[in-house]
Amino acid sequence: MTTEYNAVITEFDPIIGLETHIELGTKSKMFCSCSAQFGGEPNTFVCPVCLGMPGSMPVVNRVAVESTIRMGLALNCSIVPWCRFARKNYFYPDMPKNYQISQYDEPLCINGYLDVTVATENGPQVFRVEIERVHMEEDTGKLLHAGGAGRIHGATHSLVDYNRAGIPLIEVVTKPILGTGVLAPEVAKAYVAELRDLMRALGVSDVRMEEGSLRCDVNVSLSRPGEEWGTRTETKNVNSLRSVERAVRTEMIRQADRLRAGERIIQETRHFNEETGDTTSGRSKEQAEDYRYFPEPDLVPIAPSEAWIEELRGTLPEIPSVRRARLQIDWGISDFDMQSLVNAGALELIVASIDAGVQPAAARKWWTGELTRVANERHCELGDLTVNASDIFEIEGLISAGDLTDKMARSVFEGLLDGEGSVSQIVSQRGLVVVNDDASLIAAIATALADSPDIAEKIQGGKIAAAGSIVGAVMKATQGQADAAKVRTLLLEQLGVTE
Amino acid sequence: MTDSAANGIDQDLVVHLGKLARLELTDLEVEHYTIQLEQILGAITSISEVAAADIPPTSHPIPLENVYREDIAVPGLLHEDFVPGAPSFEDDRFRVPRILGEST
Amino acid sequence: MNDLIRQSAATLAGAIARKEVSSEEVTRAHLERISQVDERVHAFLFVDPEASIARAREVDQQLAKGALSSPLAGVPIALKDLLATKGVPTTCGSRILEGWKPPYNATIVNKLHAAGVVSLGKTNMDEFAMGSSTEHSGYGPTHNPWDLERIPGGSGGGSAAAIASFESPLAIGTDTGGSIRQPAAVTGTVGVKPTYGGVSRYGIVALASSLDQAGPCARDVMDTALLHSVIAGHDPHDSTSINAPVPDFVAAALNADVRGMKIGVIKELQGEGFQSGVLQRFNQSLEILTELGAEIVEVSCPHFEYALGAYYLILPSEASSNLARFDGMRFGIRVDDGDDRSVEEVMSATREKGFGAEVKRRIMLGTYALSSGYYDAYYGQAQRIRTLITRDFVAAFSQVDVLVSPTSPTTAFKIGEKLDDPLAMYLNDIATIPVNLAGNCAMSLPIGLAPEDGLPVGLQIIAPAMADSLLYQVGSALESALIDRWGGLLISEAPSL
Repeated sequence: MTTEYNAVITEFDPIIGLETHIELGTKSKMFCSCSAQFGGEPNTFVCPVCLGMPGSMPVVNRVAVESTIRMGLALNCSIVPWCRFARKNYFYPDMPKNYQISQYDEPLCINGYLDVTVATENGPQVFRVEIERVHMEEDTGKLLHAGGAGRIHGATHSLVDYNRAGIPLIEVVTKPILGTGVLAPEVAKAYVAELRDLMRALGVSDVRMEEGSLRCDVNVSLSRPGEEWGTRTETKNVNSLRSVERAVRTEMIRQADRLRAGERIIQETRHFNEETGDTTSGRSKEQAEDYRYFPEPDLVPIAPSEAWIEELRGTLPEIPSVRRARLQIDWGISDFDMQSLVNAGALELIVASIDAGVQPAAARKWWTGELTRVANERHCELGDLTVNASDIFEIEGLISAGDLTDKMARSVFEGLLDGEGSVSQIVSQRGLVVVNDDASLIAAIATALADSPDIAEKIQGGKIAAAGSIVGAVMKATQGQADAAKVRTLLLEQLGVTE
Repeated sequence: MTDSAANGIDQDLVVHLGKLARLELTDLEVEHYTIQLEQILGAITSISEVAAADIPPTSHPIPLENVYREDIAVPGLLHEDFVPGAPSFEDDRFRVPRILGEST
Repeated sequence: MNDLIRQSAATLAGAIARKEVSSEEVTRAHLERISQVDERVHAFLFVDPEASIARAREVDQQLAKGALSSPLAGVPIALKDLLATKGVPTTCGSRILEGWKPPYNATIVNKLHAAGVVSLGKTNMDEFAMGSSTEHSGYGPTHNPWDLERIPGGSGGGSAAAIASFESPLAIGTDTGGSIRQPAAVTGTVGVKPTYGGVSRYGIVALASSLDQAGPCARDVMDTALLHSVIAGHDPHDSTSINAPVPDFVAAALNADVRGMKIGVIKELQGEGFQSGVLQRFNQSLEILTELGAEIVEVSCPHFEYALGAYYLILPSEASSNLARFDGMRFGIRVDDGDDRSVEEVMSATREKGFGAEVKRRIMLGTYALSSGYYDAYYGQAQRIRTLITRDFVAAFSQVDVLVSPTSPTTAFKIGEKLDDPLAMYLNDIATIPVNLAGNCAMSLPIGLAPEDGLPVGLQIIAPAMADSLLYQVGSALESALIDRWGGLLISEAPSL
């Protein structure tokens, strides 16, 4: 039987750890001058170097090194004075040289931390996630499995596109994160979100998660209080914030089930199934490859000077946590409201909307209200919705001009999400016209008043609040296409009442 | 490592190395390489006699540092440049046989 | 001009520049020679006469327009098959690359092209440059022009034999542990291993990346200096390439003067294991150098005895990784491809069939040396020994200007003689390996025939890193003294084939 999540916590302490790979947003690849942009016709961003042609040699992309150092600085790491690349040797058809150029025992950045905030019943709680290392490496090509439903198992053969091979990656590895208790899944998610925001703020990557540019390996172990750390599992390639949270949660439950049944946890890698949220067994550590690391002889050491590091430090933007504190004050909202909009992934979207000209309150209202509701309904991230800041600006413009009601705006959003076209196209296709014609509104008011004569008396007797039910009736009669505020004004005029 | 036993060379290890190196060795080769690796390592183990624990290793003969290229993208190869040399190419991609193992 | 094939590159270039002869005529003469003798020598793996002639004509036209000024314009060259040549078969002496045409040129190839040097074709070599005899070629051995039953050295036996047999005046070799110098020694030619990083490695199929270096092969010192000048210099595609101006090697070769120089004889590189005729010629050369005004000093390099061990760990380790890309997936042959076969099986079958015995042996050795349980004892220790060898050189060069030793312990041995004895084969490089480990530069030049077998003997001159000019200065001084004695180059004594 499956343990309830809360029951896991009553018996076990989780320890989590995260290894996050993020593609850098450089123009060219890590070790050659091929374009690093996403997509492109297969095998068109390739050259002798990233195809692993005999005789070709790597040369390090300066901006990739600088991005990694800046990321290290933003994560409060020490930048080492001297380090090298190493070759990680293993055969796999997505890897053109059959070794990956990575950093092994000499990472560029070490010993940092990142503070993340998680909302709890008792208000926001800050966790300090310690960073073990930040290093550089190159991405692999992309495999397409033919036959066997697109999966590797049962495929008849595979097809390889090396456009992605050699795109610079940075890997950020945390130290074991202790003491998160019941919040472990939220802390994991908040950490990855914070890392993503940091990358974006630094401008080193736009972290397009839907394109797989952020990939997380999630380590989880459980131990009973006071006992030694349990055996950990590593769940590979968890590729969205929601999945990180789910992977930690389901792995905690799975391990607790086993431990309670008196079984042991096998040290192994596991796979995360996006559809079911389950993890399944992969390769056990006993069968682990021997990567035969050695210093990459085709590259020379990286030895960043103090001056270079300080120059890069000077380019660091306001870090996201500081910026959030500033925005919270600007917007005048509570800790709780700020934290919930951050958790919902709405912060950057709201900022972008404000930048596009939307009033802060309106931007917050749409992203944390209607759009969050829709994202939850559709099981996706807010950022994945096909609504952008300029759409919201346009819709808000129509609302303030009296051409659109809030209710109609929701209909416009629905149209946008269903890909029905631009805001103006949707407005006209869906026939979203505010009934602005006074005569028909007055007629509708008269009908409503006739239906409820007692209410007219109440209003005239000074109970202006009773006007709401008449306004509601008029709105219903006009199928929501009237401006409620206007209806109210007309109603009061008709009854000769002033507020 | 001064005695031959310490290098651990036996047929099982040779078979394992063959797998790591992706060489489909024949039984005869396994036998030969077991003997030859043993011989070669035996002849060069004298290096272990040199007390060098405090000596820094040399990975690059000429001590260069910080060699970078600027982040400028240039057009890559055309398919016509490398497809004729590819053993199998299909749908604009390199075709490879079915994969058994997982990636890392 | 008579007997075009017997002229030096410098002479040919001068005649071509003065329009006394065309590049096309010179190229045709060499192609003719190849068609006459290469069936017996087997220096070349690939020759495309039409392409070479077309290129020679192009160079002639450029010269006529005054659009080309280079000291070697119009002169033919042979390229070791380890150099990537765009659209031209590049096999590295291996069956695994049979039929493969690279989509790009090595930087050296581009430099030669820009200098108007005309390629005659690609030369034979030990498979992936692993060997000292060219017997490990996947396409059959090359024969030593001095005695066709003997090896021409290796791995660049094809390049050395092409020069020694007058099939080409110039060749490019690569030297990881002696693959330019030892073939030069046993074929009576001159070969230079430049300072590591002095010549771009981009496009040279890597054997051991931290040891490999391409360099010039010719019949006299001046020609190697000219060729070295053309191929040297910084390359942004090779991160290990030295970013400094190229010294004037030709001026150094013209300055054939050793007066007042201190020349060190390495104590550890003589005596036991060295053929008596080799030592006899070596000692005679020391006398000549003394007569020329140099002071001969004996120096000790105590860690050289460990060089072979360190080399045979570092080289296979790096090679095992460098050769991993040969898996039948993106280029080259693919073996046993079938619907029921997995990628793992096809890769293993391709590598098993495509690689020869020596390559597999070294891949196995390197895979072992890099394995987690053995890394520090083997690869790590070898890299520390490397530091000690470099320190030996530094200490020696604090006492002397250059070092000398016999290039190879023996003259050319018989084909097949050492094929089944890898260890005996490895000993051929005992004197050349320390130079690659330390990254400095060296030259081999002919110093006579061993009395007991009448085969050429080479002397190695070693200079500090970046001091390649010293090789040319000392080499040309010794060479001109020997020419005075012999009345010509040693190579003119070689059989006419």
